Amino acid sequence: MPASPAQEIWITGIGLVSAAGEGRAAHRAALLATTPAPVDTTSHAPFPLHPAPPLELDRQIPKKGDQRQMEPWQRLGTYAAGLALDDAGARGLVGEMDLLIAAGGGERDLALDESVLAALAGLPAAEAATRLNELLAGGLRPTLFLAQLSNLLAGNISIVHGVTGASRTLMGEEQAGADAVRIAAARLAEGRGRIALVGGAFVAARWDLLLLYHAGGLLRQGGFAPVFSRAEAPGAIPGLLGAFLVLETGESARARGARGLARIAGVACEQARRDARGGSAEAAARAFARLALPKGSQQEPLAVLSGATGIAAPAAAEAAFLAGLGRPVALRAAGSRLGWGAEATFPASLALGALMLAEGLVPPPLEAAEAPLAAAPRDLLVTGFGAWRGEALAHLQAIGETQA
Amino acid sequence: MRDHLGRPIVAVTGLGLVTPLGFGVARNWAALLAGTSGIRRITRFPTDHLRTTIAGTVDLPEEAEGPPLTATPRVMRMAEMVAEEALAQAGLGGDGRFPGPLMLGMPPVEVEWPHRLALAAKLAPAAARYPALAGAAGGWDALYAQAAFATVGEHLAARFGTEGAPIALTTACATGASAIQLGVEAIQRGEASAALAIGADGTVQPEALIRFSLLSALSTRNDDPAGASRPFEKHRAGFVMSEGAACLVLESLEHATARGAAILGVLRGCGEKSDSFHRTRSNPDGSAVIRAMRNAIEDAGLTPGDISYVNAHGTGTPENDKMENLAMRAVFGADAPPISSNKSMIGHTLSASGAIEAAFSLLAIRDQILPPTINHAEPDPAITLDVVPNVARPAAVRHVLSNSFGFGGQNVCLVLSGEPA
Repeated sequence: MPASPAQEIWITGIGLVSAAGEGRAAHRAALLATTPAPVDTTSHAPFPLHPAPPLELDRQIPKKGDQRQMEPWQRLGTYAAGLALDDAGARGLVGEMDLLIAAGGGERDLALDESVLAALAGLPAAEAATRLNELLAGGLRPTLFLAQLSNLLAGNISIVHGVTGASRTLMGEEQAGADAVRIAAARLAEGRGRIALVGGAFVAARWDLLLLYHAGGLLRQGGFAPVFSRAEAPGAIPGLLGAFLVLETGESARARGARGLARIAGVACEQARRDARGGSAEAAARAFARLALPKGSQQEPLAVLSGATGIAAPAAAEAAFLAGLGRPVALRAAGSRLGWGAEATFPASLALGALMLAEGLVPPPLEAAEAPLAAAPRDLLVTGFGAWRGEALAHLQAIGETQA
Repeated sequence: MRDHLGRPIVAVTGLGLVTPLGFGVARNWAALLAGTSGIRRITRFPTDHLRTTIAGTVDLPEEAEGPPLTATPRVMRMAEMVAEEALAQAGLGGDGRFPGPLMLGMPPVEVEWPHRLALAAKLAPAAARYPALAGAAGGWDALYAQAAFATVGEHLAARFGTEGAPIALTTACATGASAIQLGVEAIQRGEASAALAIGADGTVQPEALIRFSLLSALSTRNDDPAGASRPFEKHRAGFVMSEGAACLVLESLEHATARGAAILGVLRGCGEKSDSFHRTRSNPDGSAVIRAMRNAIEDAGLTPGDISYVNAHGTGTPENDKMENLAMRAVFGADAPPISSNKSMIGHTLSASGAIEAAFSLLAIRDQILPPTINHAEPDPAITLDVVPNVARPAAVRHVLSNSFGFGGQNVCLVLSGEPA
């Protein structure tokens, strides 16, 4: 089986949930809009975020008992995974479907944390440690542990949607999303299975996460601006994001008459240390060398769907990397349209890219950094320069009429 | 140099171990064969109000004075130790360039109570509400770095010069086995000639202990720490939380042979199957666990009759051990090979256990001896297997099946074998 020639990999389904809404129509509209998805500047001020759209959870998670076992992050991921399965028409293939998840950590009980901190305030350390035990032992809900465990998004998708092939949960912020796609595609290409469900989820409106990201200096404060126009207050605007892809071998898709949205021609990941020596642009250049994008010409810009976060250092590294390609590029930033979704960012960019290629969409520019595109691209370079670490690239290709 | 499916054979050329039994492969293996328990009363933090007050802990030299480390530095330190040991044995990466990727199995980490308390102290006497805590966290880069999932991997990748982006992964209690599996696959695909596979866990702290307690998963035999982990025994009543790390240097047999490396064994097959039954329980029919075991044996190009010994998941919870017994009978029938649980001695090292137990499996093959399941006082009539009770036993060990089953329906099995003839 692995000795057979490499299979080509198609995206045959996307499941997207963001502030722009859910599903293909909402995200087609988001790509064609000249304004960003809704922004909430008040609920978590001073940090703006792209909020949750209304969701009817029952449509993808029919059992209330299942919903109760999860907190919003796992519910969102399980919901988006179901959308992708429906979009691919692949419900019948879940028994041997691979599951690759990029996960963060689940929600904490914020009220409990705050009450514990209030009770411990001013106590001597030894007494505080004992009291901490008492308050946690009495206050933690048993079900919350499972809602917090990173691999339980995969577990819930197995339970709710019956996806029971190989199951791996990767951690590591944006990079996890890219490597999940890379590994899923590599397994299918070598003939380990025919179909995989890959993705992640991110809930922006979480103070426990905002605390962490603000510690790292990753968040923008103030109002919305497109990601390449944030010089006055650099930082990411978190956006609720559930993003799942169904990847399938071309052979499998053709055999069951499924249409491909785009071909994943390659995914390449690196991770520079980004210390004093920099190295992020160079790492991306190493990744780029493993892809096989068409050479193009001075007249024909390379279409780039950027995962830029709005944070200064990775944005500068990405600009340096793109300049180093020595050819004109036409950028479109996923983050200006949907916000930044940590682990879900790269899968979401691929979903948007697949939609652009499948439907021949030409997103209008949102800022000067987004050069005009004369025609719908056939090849797309998707970038993922992580907020803190990780340089990921993917090459998406349109699937011709006769092949799809 | 190729296996029955035409894939490069994956050899193991280096091992590193840290568990509550000690630092280093030699010390761990000797203690394990001697039937030593590494489970103790917890001294790292006060245990008042806790139902379980025992665990397996690894006390690091750097915390002899000063506060205990939080999970990220603890996991990082142990992972670094086992990688150093394994690479020294393999004779690879000494120049700071390891010729392949890092596959790191580790626990999800987060902002911990010491950090939260430090932020609250900054705000005092104002109330420590989350918006204020978030504001107070601004500029504390080290807090971000210690709670980001990428941190441990990026540190190890820089230290050992692994290729590409480091992979950090979690499949709950199957994590260590999944890390090995990812490394094996990368070599089989020809992506790399070697891979550094690590499983590490260091989360014995109050909140984690309470979380497992609330699921009624832990033994409460607090007055008898060494006797608390009793896999397959009649009075077993839960697992004992523990911590540790293991590293396996994986390498294509061709690459290892070409550079004249000593081969410790081969990672002959991997199998997995997820379960859609329940978040913490296997399907009572055992179907997913059985499939994972069969998939691994099949992937290795073997039949059940070829397996000499099974390194159990064997947590000591009533449900796991009953399920594992059922699956053993389904896969092996009346002639089930001996099975023993390392967890009877080291406890459940969670994200590390799959890697630690794979390392012990290779040592069993090297020395032709089966480590025991200790604390086997009264057999459970429902457990019909030879669990190698209490005392290590010399045996002909050719192929070992190592089981790892995790919350969320994650089941991963590995087949380890001696050096191919």
